[in-house]
Amino acid sequence: MAARTAPVETMRTKRQRAILPYLYLLPAFLVMSVITFYPLIYQVILSFTNFETKHLMLGMSSPDLENIGLQNYVDIITGGLPVQNFEFFRVLVYNLWWAVSNVALHVPAGVVIAVLLNVKGLWFKKIYRAIYILPVVVPPLVVATVWRNIFDEQYGAMNQVLTALVGLFGGDPVRIRWLFEYVPPISWLLPTGALPLAYYAMMIANFWLGWPFMTLVATGALQSIPSDLYEAAAIDGASNSQQFWRITVPLLRPAMVPAAVYGFTLSFNLFNFVYFMTGGGPARSTEILVTFAYDLVRNLRLYGVAAAFAVIIFFVALTVFLITNRITRATESYAEA
Amino acid sequence: MTSTVQTSKKKNIFVRFLTMNTSGEASGRELPLWRQLLLQLLTLFIAAAVMFPIMYVITMSLSSVSTRPSSLELFPKEISLDAFKQVLDRPTANPVTFLELLKNSFLLSFGVGLAALLVAVTAAYAFSRFNFKLRQILMILVFIPLLMPAIGLMTPLFLMMNSFRVFDCGGGMIAIQPFLSCASTGKLLFNLRDSLLGVGIAMISGALPFAVWNLKGYLDTIPKELEEAAAIDGADSNQVFFRIVLPLAAPQLAVTFFLGFIGHWQEFAMPWLFLTKPESYTLAMTLYNMTGQYANAIPWNRFSAMAIIVAAPVAVIYIVLQKQIVGGLTLGGVKG
Repeated sequence: MAARTAPVETMRTKRQRAILPYLYLLPAFLVMSVITFYPLIYQVILSFTNFETKHLMLGMSSPDLENIGLQNYVDIITGGLPVQNFEFFRVLVYNLWWAVSNVALHVPAGVVIAVLLNVKGLWFKKIYRAIYILPVVVPPLVVATVWRNIFDEQYGAMNQVLTALVGLFGGDPVRIRWLFEYVPPISWLLPTGALPLAYYAMMIANFWLGWPFMTLVATGALQSIPSDLYEAAAIDGASNSQQFWRITVPLLRPAMVPAAVYGFTLSFNLFNFVYFMTGGGPARSTEILVTFAYDLVRNLRLYGVAAAFAVIIFFVALTVFLITNRITRATESYAEA
Repeated sequence: MTSTVQTSKKKNIFVRFLTMNTSGEASGRELPLWRQLLLQLLTLFIAAAVMFPIMYVITMSLSSVSTRPSSLELFPKEISLDAFKQVLDRPTANPVTFLELLKNSFLLSFGVGLAALLVAVTAAYAFSRFNFKLRQILMILVFIPLLMPAIGLMTPLFLMMNSFRVFDCGGGMIAIQPFLSCASTGKLLFNLRDSLLGVGIAMISGALPFAVWNLKGYLDTIPKELEEAAAIDGADSNQVFFRIVLPLAAPQLAVTFFLGFIGHWQEFAMPWLFLTKPESYTLAMTLYNMTGQYANAIPWNRFSAMAIIVAAPVAVIYIVLQKQIVGGLTLGGVKG
């Protein structure tokens, strides 16, 4: 008898053990099914409708809500939206260029400054390090608002600095309309539309924000490079620049590639910064995908279109993720090799 | 020598960055003076560039003059707290006190951070410690939302919250949409979309997967030996979870909470979309209002004071909680 009850009990505990993980997952999945999975499905359904402000009262049961099929998607891609200055591919290309150009500046600058701070016998290192960390600590939306004021046409610090500089040579006060000038300074840069002055202003502000994080990462990685490597190279007669390109750069790569990928994703979806600095203007020329998506629901109130746009963004984000993931993986295997 | 390297490895990246000894006195190669001066010039220039906007804002905030700056000043001529007083007294043109705005911001970031943490922790434990049939599929389901920028789910959440309304139908009848509605048009009493509660619920949607991800990553690094020993001593799974895993994970629970807190302290998009009543505005929304199209009316010294007030808690938490913050940031990179 006793021998027979034992297996029954273990079977019961076995079943309990099999159920247990699902019990632990239950709260999260209950919450997510209401505020994540249901909205995801709802979003796809919405994207096939002409949901607008007039349908807000009755929602999906509104009598004049129509299923318009893929019309929203077609309108977004072909520029058929009732929205001025919006072409999907121009915004997409600008968005990619914005992210790439930011990372392309932040990573090298971060590495060079990290190396600079690493120079043997440099004075006041600790003070410099304490100062250089500051931009990491300030919230981006505050940074953007402050830089927005710095680039103010009349009272901003940037024009005042330039006025002071020009004043040395007896020039007139500088009144550059940094954030509102529509005529681009370099007209040939991107095939889908030139970059406005506001882009350069934003690059300056975001550069201020972005490089210290890269320096932080690069400094950590520099620490793990054994100094005998440099000593051996010096004995073999390698110059400083040879040491930098042959030792420092290759050994920093495994740390910097994930950081660059992180920076890319961050810049690609940099909503707060862009929205606070230019709001996508002038004339949507600095608009990125997420700010346009926000404009669609917040100001234009085209909910059906906004849903379709979010679905498109999801696939863009998925593509970006798959590519960056492959890049990170590739360097992982490089690091192991 | 090796022992110092060991301890410095254990310290967090901020402290390492600040204190590490890279001057390499051991190898004893002196930096020639002209190079030293050249490099000093460079590092000083970078430091000045970093300090420039910070000094600009601090100087403006300490000025009692409320007009726009006519010339560039990077060092305060006077130290006046007038701007701070005015901002604390009456931050906007609306009859809303600073304390109310602060309370709204705090409730949102605190509530969302805490709720996401509480719901996430058991899920993270399940993913980290159990091997079950649907594990792979469920994990993909949880982490797919991480791919989406936070803006991505805003439309359906907005419409969902907006459809939850309470009406006063007159005659003591109250209807809760979407379950009941009045026979005729009633008076709108409450719209979930236009309340802090609704925004909070919507924000949890973005915070939850991140919290699960962040906690699971940490739980994976805790060795299983302790739990196995407890199981041999007769503890069941729940006891193992509450008595052993939770206490061990406490530091990361705090980090996850604070990351959520500072993330949502800066949250602007959702509240700005959902909320229309000035009394439920947050500090981030107020700051945006100060720079938006109404900026002409806002004295710059008050704007600067406000910027410093919004930045302060984030900066303080970053500096105090430096520990795994960079690790958390890198994880957050998946999310926009």
